[in-house]
Amino acid sequence: MSINQLEAVETAVAHPEEAAGGLARDAVRRLLRSPTAIVGMVLIAIFVFVAVFAPVLAPYSPTDIDLTDLRPGVFPGPSAEHLLGLDQLGRDELSRIIYGARYSLLIGIVSLSMGALVGISLGLVAGAFGGWVDSVVMRLVDIMLAIPSLLLAIGIAALLGRSLTSVMIAIAVVNVPIFARLLRGSMLAQRQSDYALAARSLGVTRSRIVLRHVFPNSLAPVIVQGTLALATAIIEAAGLAYLGLGSPDPSVPEWGRMLAETNSFLASAPLLALWPGLAIVLSVMGFYLVGEALREALDPKLRR
Amino acid sequence: MTAPVVSDAVPGEMRQGTPLLRVRDLHVTFSSRGRADVRAVDGVSLDVEAGSTVGIVGESGSGKSVTSLAAMGLLGRRGVQISGSVEFDGQDLLNMPEDELRAVRGREIAMIFQDPMSSLNPVLTVGRQLTEILERHTGRKGDAAKDKAVDLLESVGIGDARRRLRTFPHQLSGGMRQRVMIAMALACEPRLIIADEPTTALDGTLSAQILELLRVLVAESRTSLVLITHDLGVVAGLCDQVHVMYSGRIVESAPRRPLFAAPRHPYTTGLLASVPRLDQPRGIPLLPIPGSPSDTLPWSKGCAVAPRCSRTIDACLQGPPVLAPVDPAHLVRCVNQVEEDER
Repeated sequence: MSINQLEAVETAVAHPEEAAGGLARDAVRRLLRSPTAIVGMVLIAIFVFVAVFAPVLAPYSPTDIDLTDLRPGVFPGPSAEHLLGLDQLGRDELSRIIYGARYSLLIGIVSLSMGALVGISLGLVAGAFGGWVDSVVMRLVDIMLAIPSLLLAIGIAALLGRSLTSVMIAIAVVNVPIFARLLRGSMLAQRQSDYALAARSLGVTRSRIVLRHVFPNSLAPVIVQGTLALATAIIEAAGLAYLGLGSPDPSVPEWGRMLAETNSFLASAPLLALWPGLAIVLSVMGFYLVGEALREALDPKLRR
Repeated sequence: MTAPVVSDAVPGEMRQGTPLLRVRDLHVTFSSRGRADVRAVDGVSLDVEAGSTVGIVGESGSGKSVTSLAAMGLLGRRGVQISGSVEFDGQDLLNMPEDELRAVRGREIAMIFQDPMSSLNPVLTVGRQLTEILERHTGRKGDAAKDKAVDLLESVGIGDARRRLRTFPHQLSGGMRQRVMIAMALACEPRLIIADEPTTALDGTLSAQILELLRVLVAESRTSLVLITHDLGVVAGLCDQVHVMYSGRIVESAPRRPLFAAPRHPYTTGLLASVPRLDQPRGIPLLPIPGSPSDTLPWSKGCAVAPRCSRTIDACLQGPPVLAPVDPAHLVRCVNQVEEDER
């Protein structure tokens, strides 16, 4: 440790409130110290940047067809004009991957927000009231948990028709029980905590204890789950698109569908399967890495 | 043998007037499915006079914390049976509706808990947690509450109080946090403070500071204090009246001086012998009390202390001994008491 560092530590000890801000700032600082989190955040940043600026970044429109070099069974590989080559219909692969990021991000965020909102509300109600309310809500959630997500998605697609909305609803519904259970369990644990007892012993009202003391302290695992759920949502969206349950419009460049479409050309054009696969893996990995790092950063045991 | 006494004497029954807190025959039983009931508190009676400091001493599992939690209505309902009576200033606390009880907690009776590390909410600033109680009970809002919070922090010896309001608990040391807890307990000038092992989680020098702070604050404001501890040393410096508990019952109850100068119950003498003392020659071994308390209806067959007691005689196992006065202020639950010349 250099003299400068030592001095910094001493100032920090002497003025704790200057050295450290709120809990959130603490967590962010810990996050920025973790290489895993940095890698993850870079991946997410690239993913979001590509999705937002797709029209600027993509060299072609994802639906433009260039038939000049296309022959049956032959796919022009990467070239100067088409960095990742052309797909089976002569569309620029790079542009389709870039536009595909938009769909992945959109599906991920919308389905996560819907699922988390409903799940957190249910968990909050169950965790706040306990007793028979808790039992009723949790049995409901158990039922939701018992239905396989794929089956649910097929059912919803059958009910509402094949569309991106159906995919988002299906993924949201799958997320509801996860968030509900997580928050409820976390709240039940926090309700037994010393500070909740201390607040009760000083006459703080029940609603206040639940909303201001217990709920905020129960959120850490939910935040972590949120990041991880985004990753899962992207995978699930890709999976559903792969199975043909996504948007009925074949021009929509979903990564999962692109992967599915290359199935029959795997021998002649393996690269066409690689690009969407890589895109899915990298974006999912970004959220996973950040989620894992968040879990560590928010760990109350490390807080001390 | 003295004349047979059929029921327990009550500490302080001889005194005049109504005490601030009056606990009579308090029983607390925890039952859970598939397991034998645990009688955590088994007929405890005690008084806390206005302005006095009362110590409840006992080892882990003796029921001292449960007594206070039951009195405050903080035990929850499921699997807990409470009987007896707890009166605070004439009001029956055990049968009080929850919302009225909440108005008493913090306003009239406040508690300080053992572990300052976990008794403060980690996500709220110290200032927020203090003003929350002030808003709840005194109606002070905004700057008025903040000013009062600053006064409170200063009164418990926290310097630079206005800036400390913005700190989070994890940025404070253990001693500081316990000071904050004391400030929170004092916030609404309660008439009674129950401190449950307030210094157990702190190291020696800090513990002495915190106890001294409590002593001064309580004396200045004429607040009554119930001090729950396993440490006789803590009691020695602070309490007017001391109750020694074992397995849910009071085994000896006396004013501080007679308790330390002339303990009559073998368990009390055992506790005293197990505390290191500076005024004894070096090299004398400490005398631990062997074994640990059992929790399966310990008093039903005889004296619960008997299995661990060096003075056990046949009479100890013939039935539970009663709490009997050896003089008006000194009650002992033992059939084979330690006599003057044995000490």
